[in-house]
Amino acid sequence: MNDNQSLNLLDRALGLDQQSRPWLLSGRVVLVEDCVESTASFVLHHLIKRSLCLNSSNVIVFVAFANPFSHYDRVLRKLGCNLVTQRDNNRFFFFDMLMLQCPDGDEGKSEVGLVLLYEKIRKTISVLPEDKKSHVTVMIDNISLMEVAANGASDYVLDFLHYCHALTSEFGCSLVTLNHEDIYSNTETPTFILQMEYLADILIKAEPLATGLAADVHGQLTVLNKATSHALGSSRNKVYNFHFKVKENSVEYFYPGSRG
Amino acid sequence: MATIKPRLSSFSRNLSVVPSPQTLGLKCGPNGTTFVSSGIPDLDKILGGGFPLGSLVMVMEDAEAPHHMLLLRNFMSQGLVHNQPLLYASPSKDPRSFLGTLPSPTASKDDKSRHSDSEQDKGLRIAWQYKKYMGELHQNSYSNKDDKQVFCNDFDLRKPLERHYFSAQRVDCVGIQDSTNLVVLRDHCATFLAQFSRTEGSSSCAGRIAIQSLCAPQCEHSKMEWDMLSFIKSLKGKLRSSNAVAVITFPASLLSLSSSKRWQHMADTLLSVGAIPDEDKEMAKLLSGYQDMVGLLNVHKVARLNTQVPVILEATTFSIKLLKRRFLALECLNQAPVDGSSGSSYGTSGSCSGSSKTLDF
Repeated sequence: MNDNQSLNLLDRALGLDQQSRPWLLSGRVVLVEDCVESTASFVLHHLIKRSLCLNSSNVIVFVAFANPFSHYDRVLRKLGCNLVTQRDNNRFFFFDMLMLQCPDGDEGKSEVGLVLLYEKIRKTISVLPEDKKSHVTVMIDNISLMEVAANGASDYVLDFLHYCHALTSEFGCSLVTLNHEDIYSNTETPTFILQMEYLADILIKAEPLATGLAADVHGQLTVLNKATSHALGSSRNKVYNFHFKVKENSVEYFYPGSRG
Repeated sequence: MATIKPRLSSFSRNLSVVPSPQTLGLKCGPNGTTFVSSGIPDLDKILGGGFPLGSLVMVMEDAEAPHHMLLLRNFMSQGLVHNQPLLYASPSKDPRSFLGTLPSPTASKDDKSRHSDSEQDKGLRIAWQYKKYMGELHQNSYSNKDDKQVFCNDFDLRKPLERHYFSAQRVDCVGIQDSTNLVVLRDHCATFLAQFSRTEGSSSCAGRIAIQSLCAPQCEHSKMEWDMLSFIKSLKGKLRSSNAVAVITFPASLLSLSSSKRWQHMADTLLSVGAIPDEDKEMAKLLSGYQDMVGLLNVHKVARLNTQVPVILEATTFSIKLLKRRFLALECLNQAPVDGSSGSSYGTSGSCSGSSKTLDF
């Protein structure tokens, strides 16, 4: 293919440069972590753009807790991807969960909202034509707000994620989630985030520079790609580390010190 | 003064390109957002125009000092002056009495005299050789102020707001101390925000919500962290689809660390205020104008609606000053001049237009 040129460091770190499969993330779980100082939502935007524009058969199921459709539409339009068209073509399914609030109180009731959400996702995927099912990406922005919607019942959220994980093996679709790491770093046993990291095949972490915010470097990304080990037959995980600068129509990725 | 043609900075030139605001107190911003003023001209400038409609602003309080009230008062006053409906919630017994402490806008005449006055003050402080440069600088900021006169007023903290501004039925006050949960406040917010729903078309009017000390320990809900979080989440969800801005102040130190992080993630614009110790000799030596400072303001996050590009400010810490004990002003921290014997100056000096500056070499 001729688009090898347009692949950037992040794509390479994710393994998108290999042509073996139509959509290399299929069957994989990706966890994106960020913190207050530097948000990583641009990684989600990038993945949306990659999957909707490069390969014509990909479908995205987007579960939004953080922002309304108009926000993503504007952002993606600047990246060169029209979400409204994709939505009309049934390639982008947007679930607005901004106002989702599971009823609290009685035990067992608060999971109802999440169960319904899972049913909705599953139904959306299962009615897709057979050839598209394995090209589905389920994206959740973001998990910490989902916890709030579940009134802090982290176990239900984990259950939900496990169910979604089961979808990846059932249909071969991929799961991309965003979470804020610094919420958990202060707790004694960050079980929740550890479980999520364990589930993930690819871990993308966005951090600010240790020297503080700068206009030229917005932060650094660490990509841990666990699954490359199987492909290469080695047991070592591959870690990629690079800086980024977010712009309206693209994101620049570069190795530390390679600019300037 | 008026005969000199003001040299326009790039900022005000952009303003003339943007279609003029249809309504008093609203200004078009980038990415299809609309700004309302924070009530502090300097803060508007720092944030790139003001608070965008649909955003949630959070202010982390200093547990020992009431500096957040300064921000809150100006925010509320500005809304009332622009005739924007206001919802105010506070943990005090009688929230409505707080309206009596709101500052009053200065007339434009006072404003002018104030500016030329302060210009003279500043002129005295700097070496005479640099006076001509300072003059230029001031005219810039001066012309900016004139452009935005309608958008953002200067408030005189010593003069209470005239009663006719808030005697109208547009102000709703809620006490959150006695209610055992946040259902009452949530309902108030929901009915308030229903007036400004974006689906109704024109953005003719904007609403303001000011919530003071949401997790104050005297409130019964302060123990229910998830309830407060879900309240903020639902408020933010509703804000996104309405023409309104909410400012919530909260004592971050009273929340658990992970909860506090969650709150900070929820905020679109995140500020924090802090007091400075009275007689800190070290600091006084390090920073110029230390005597005039009343506190520090930190900008942690600037709202980025409809865009993925983060806003990187030149400086994130500003000093809160009271000019002539009346007007709230924010300035960059400037390093005090060091005498030659004490060695090299290593720098915290940032730059900020229109502030009184020590010129370092």
